[in-house]
Amino acid sequence: MGDLDGLVKEFLVESYENLDRLDKEFLQLEQDPANREVIASIFRTIHTVKGTSGFFGFEKLQNVAHAGENLLAKLRDGVFVLDQDMSSGLLRTVDAIRAILGEIERTNVEGEQAYPELIAELEALIHGAPAPAKPVAPAQTAAKADSPETSTVPAQTAAVGGSLADQSLRVDIRLLDRLMNLVGELVLTRNQILQHVGASASGGLATTGKRLDNITSQLQEEVMKTRMQPIETVWGKLPRVVRDLSKQIGKQVRLEMEGKDTELDKSLIEAIKDPLTHMVRNSVDHGVEIPERRTAAGKPAEGCILLRAYHEGGKVTIEIRDDGAGLDPTRLRAKAVEKGLMTAEQAAKLPEREVFNLIFAPGFSTAAQVTNISGRGVGMDVVRTNIDRIGGTVDLSSVLGKGTTVTIKIPLTLAIIPALVVTSGGERFAIPQVNLLELVRIEKDKAATAIEDVYGAPVYRLRGQLLPLIYLNKELALGESQASAINIVVLQADETQFGLVVDSVLDTGEIVVKPLDKQLKNLAVFAGATIMGDGTVALILDVFGLGTRAHAVGKGREAKVAAAVAPGEAKEALLLFQSPDDGRMGIPLSQVVRLEEMDASKVEAAGESEVVQYRGEILPLVRVFQVLPERRRNPRNPEAGVQSNMLPVVVHGHNGRHVGLVVGRIIDTVEESLKMQRAAGRAGIKGCLVINGKVTEILDVESVVRTVVPDFYKAQP
Amino acid sequence: MIDIVAQQRQYCTFRLAQYHCGIDVMAVREILRHQPMTRVPLAPPAVKGLINLRGQIITALDLRLRLGFPPREDGKQPVNIVVGLQDDGEECVAALLVDEIGDVIDIDPTTCETPPDTIRGAVRELILSVSKREKGLLLILDTAKAMRID
Repeated sequence: MGDLDGLVKEFLVESYENLDRLDKEFLQLEQDPANREVIASIFRTIHTVKGTSGFFGFEKLQNVAHAGENLLAKLRDGVFVLDQDMSSGLLRTVDAIRAILGEIERTNVEGEQAYPELIAELEALIHGAPAPAKPVAPAQTAAKADSPETSTVPAQTAAVGGSLADQSLRVDIRLLDRLMNLVGELVLTRNQILQHVGASASGGLATTGKRLDNITSQLQEEVMKTRMQPIETVWGKLPRVVRDLSKQIGKQVRLEMEGKDTELDKSLIEAIKDPLTHMVRNSVDHGVEIPERRTAAGKPAEGCILLRAYHEGGKVTIEIRDDGAGLDPTRLRAKAVEKGLMTAEQAAKLPEREVFNLIFAPGFSTAAQVTNISGRGVGMDVVRTNIDRIGGTVDLSSVLGKGTTVTIKIPLTLAIIPALVVTSGGERFAIPQVNLLELVRIEKDKAATAIEDVYGAPVYRLRGQLLPLIYLNKELALGESQASAINIVVLQADETQFGLVVDSVLDTGEIVVKPLDKQLKNLAVFAGATIMGDGTVALILDVFGLGTRAHAVGKGREAKVAAAVAPGEAKEALLLFQSPDDGRMGIPLSQVVRLEEMDASKVEAAGESEVVQYRGEILPLVRVFQVLPERRRNPRNPEAGVQSNMLPVVVHGHNGRHVGLVVGRIIDTVEESLKMQRAAGRAGIKGCLVINGKVTEILDVESVVRTVVPDFYKAQP
Repeated sequence: MIDIVAQQRQYCTFRLAQYHCGIDVMAVREILRHQPMTRVPLAPPAVKGLINLRGQIITALDLRLRLGFPPREDGKQPVNIVVGLQDDGEECVAALLVDEIGDVIDIDPTTCETPPDTIRGAVRELILSVSKREKGLLLILDTAKAMRID
């Protein structure tokens, strides 16, 4: 009943408002009975009540309204002219409607009172011409009915019905805008006053100043809240959409919602309503498969569409995720060629992400069959246009067979966000705190050693991890920094971290995000602008846009996943060497006793195995690359850069016994977590890791050794 | 263009380098002295910065640069003409920076001519018409186009 409650409440509030207007209109009508416009307006109101009450199943209310509506229809069409009887009959209809609404508000049901007399009277008015006897009879019934209706019930409704209507009020959004701007002005004036107060010594003034400060802050907060609405206001209508649509096309779809309370500016709520509905319909129609196909694919017959909303970096992110069939990039490419949007070569080169975004192109539809729901190729481009208009972005990602996720990011036009204010090159910038991880300050004299260089890219070692650095003044082509120290703002964008070097860190505070001019919207490095306490404007940095511009984020997602080592995870030293096919392999250093280079001519044969005399013992040799299954038939580099006469040998020991592993050229030793990022692709390998940006196979020493010396690890007799 | 020539209108005039220009007074909201503004890095050069106009953040465009004139000499402060236009139901507001503000004058449409075809460059599309006044020519600018950055 939860959702319905909200709807009923809305219905009640709206109906009360309309009924109040009706009273006025009836009086107006009594003055001027022939005024068709007023009659039409009354008719519409009663008609709405009738329709909506029918929708909610309030039958009695519907009947009363219906009787009233019939009479009004005759009046509207000019069959009758309003007389006293009709007027009072209609007024009592309004009273009855009010009484029932009051009952609904109190008890959620419409109560016992069905008003048969009133309905009969209205019927009589419609059918019979107002015969002289008639007014008397209805008057009597009315009198009878009056006792419960007018004396008791309306008295209650006046009290209770008033309550809901009094709690909410419709206000012109422009009024709120003006209020908002005035409050902004007030805040600035307050700040100036506070500076003067600080300078003066009067204690009384200081107290008053403090109060002014408090009140202004509260006022600002409250006024901002007036424009905010939870996204639930839009989502509330979607379960019904999904239900009806899935029934219609024979699918089973469940709609889940996360982050219903995420608040959005009212104007944005309005703006995303249609695009959102369209995309959800699309997900049901195209995304989720029919139950048989889902079951065949090993998925539950019931599909799921997940709506998620959350605030991130001064933006509201809304995701529409389905677990349906996903998009087929091959088909999309073919379609793009077929539609003449691009040539086959262009299509083949297009990155997958962009291929998915093709569906936002005008006239592009992938539905094999055009249904009356979607597939006509209008829609997704309209969705994009609508979202663009409010300064948002739409992105689509999909995994074939797993589902599709549409991510809408829209700015919080009027939202307040906590931000960090920094300076760079003489300008001030605000950074949304959601992106902020920590602040690092390096004194100038230490800067030369603390900031290192990786092929032209400055990095800082933050607790052992390399943090790429972006100099804000360079990135934005601002003036030179005059800072005495290096301030690094460690930021997170899209799962990547980077350090933003600024001149100074000023303050944190709540800022009002205001969108930039439409024409400046393509500056992805800014999320908007805000007015600072002193009345000047400061730009808000878009951390993701900035990172993308500096190439710190964006492409790196996969590499990041591979390279990420969760903090606190045990690390192990690894010996890296080259494998024959120019790849890299590693052995945990703990399993290495010594590294040797041995003369190939010293290798002797002992039975089936090769041995070498080493420190007075016979060392069996394991030629690692011969033991491992080949990946290529013809290794590109069989000797792996090793001169054939000298063999790099890793001496491995266990319980005082030793074995020599003949490996490729030794590269380095590194510290790395041994958490495998990919399972082994062949025998003798534990798994794969990315080390220094290269895929490295970790050798399973035990199993390799066993292939040559099967009882090497057995306890010695 | 035809309706501009057809009916008498009032224009807000201003000086820009050596030229006398005018824009439709209906679009003008207010005239402001030079305001402190916040530079927008990476924006096109014509974007001089952002101004706080009683809580509303508006973009300030230097008409000199917009029309391809050399930048203002140092020490000379421009004047802001705040203009507003309805675009797609939305109100677009911007501040245009000009050298000096003039009077609001009536222009007799019969004195107007379409700009000569020999004007070259970006200015061409910005000039709606040229009014031949006794004191000299007045270039009537297209406000909507002047507000656009490109």
